[in-house]
Parts: sequence; structure tokens; C-alpha cells
Amino acid sequence: MQVYRWTLTMALSIVHRATGIALYVGTLLLVWWLVAAASGPAAYAHVQAFAGSIIGRLIVFGYTWALMHHMLSGIRHFVWDLGYGFKANEREALTWGALIGGIALTVLIWIIAYAIGGGR
Amino acid sequence: MSATDTPKRSMRTPLGRVRNLGAAHSGTSDFWRQRITGVAMTLLMIPVLVIIMMLLGRNQVGAAQILSSIPVAVILLLFIFASAWHMKIGMQVVIEDYVHNEKLKLVSVMLNNFFSVAVALASTYAILKLSSGV
Repeated sequence: MQVYRWTLTMALSIVHRATGIALYVGTLLLVWWLVAAASGPAAYAHVQAFAGSIIGRLIVFGYTWALMHHMLSGIRHFVWDLGYGFKANEREALTWGALIGGIALTVLIWIIAYAIGGGR
Repeated sequence: MSATDTPKRSMRTPLGRVRNLGAAHSGTSDFWRQRITGVAMTLLMIPVLVIIMMLLGRNQVGAAQILSSIPVAVILLLFIFASAWHMKIGMQVVIEDYVHNEKLKLVSVMLNNFFSVAVALASTYAILKLSSGV
């Protein structure tokens, strides 16, 4: 591996895996949230207290980005699976698209969430 | 595994035994399911985000009311089913790429299956419980 010059597509391939692993572990939070909703007001209040804390918000923000990035990066892989987008400029465009798109969607989702009062 | 278990005397040619099976010995089924579940989650992403937005800032009573509605429950069940399958396959690929000790690999793949099924079942149980209103 050391003999290769690092490229954006290589780095993003690692990020695709890393976000996948993060999303895998993060499903524990989703399970906690759903089970708490099914358990009752006290359990749900715990989840809300955690999700509303600074650490909680950072984790959920990170989770939002991991999900959006992994989805767009996955669509990029899907395009490649279908046999398109292998030219150098197309590869770069798809990769930058996933990178910038993931950040943009994350920010957009959080703006909407705060706008409708989720930040309370 | 099946390729090595095949008896020495066989009508099948060596090429026939390995054709379409690949390194995972199970063919392309996981590859294909990984794509199906990925596409499914991409299609479900907007409804799922809308549901999460609807739940923001509500207490348990409000959240339970939304989660128990049939379209919401079905969308979430589909998303959970696709997620659990997708992440099980994805993590198995990671394990097969980086864990080279056969015993450790076996244990890791097994734990990965347990974890993914547990996530799917716990979430499904919670949604069904909310839907039945018990």
C-alpha cells in the first residue's frame, strides 16, 4: 500500500468503510430509542436527555453525516457497479459529489430539524 | 467450504465446482442483497427522515402515537429489515478482509450475525409493541 500515491477516491473508499462501521455501532442508539419509546415515559425521557445533551447532539450530528455520506458514497459505488463513471474526471466528480453532498445534506437536515423546533 | 468437501470422484469439472462461487464460497448472493438493501434504504430515506422530524421534541406519549400508526410502522420495519441485512453483509466483508485467523474469523462472523439479528428483532419488537398498544 505504501507505494501508492494517495488519491481522493482511495481515501473516500476508507471513509465509506469507516462510516459503515460507525453506523453499525450506532444502531445500538436507534434500538435504545425505539425500545425506550415502547417501554414508557421514564425510559423515553432518558433517551431525550441524552440526545439533547451536547455529547448526544454531537453523536447524532455525526451519525447524520455518516448516514448521508455512506448513502451518497454507496450510490457512487452503485453507479460503478452498473459500469458507468470510470473516467478519471467522472470518478473525481462522483467522489467530490458524495463528499460535498454528504456535508450539505447533513447541514440541511439539521437546519430543518431546528427550524421545526427539534432543538428545544 | 463446499468446494473442498467435494469427493474426489465427481462428474463435475473443477471449473464447474467453483464457477460463480468466488472467494466467499457462496457466490454473488451477498453482493446482490447488499445492493438491494442499499437501494431500498435510499428509497426509504426521505420517509424515514420525515418520521424522525415528526418525532422531534415530542414526549413519549406523542412519539408512541406517531410510531403506532400503520404507515409509519411499516416504513420503519422495512428500513430496519434492510438496515440489519445490509450491515450484516457489510461487516462480514470487513471481517473477511481484515481477520485472517480462521477461528477468530469464524467467531467474529458469528457475533456479527448475532448482533445484526438482535438489532433487527429488538427494534421490530418495539415497533410491534407500540402498534399493538399494549
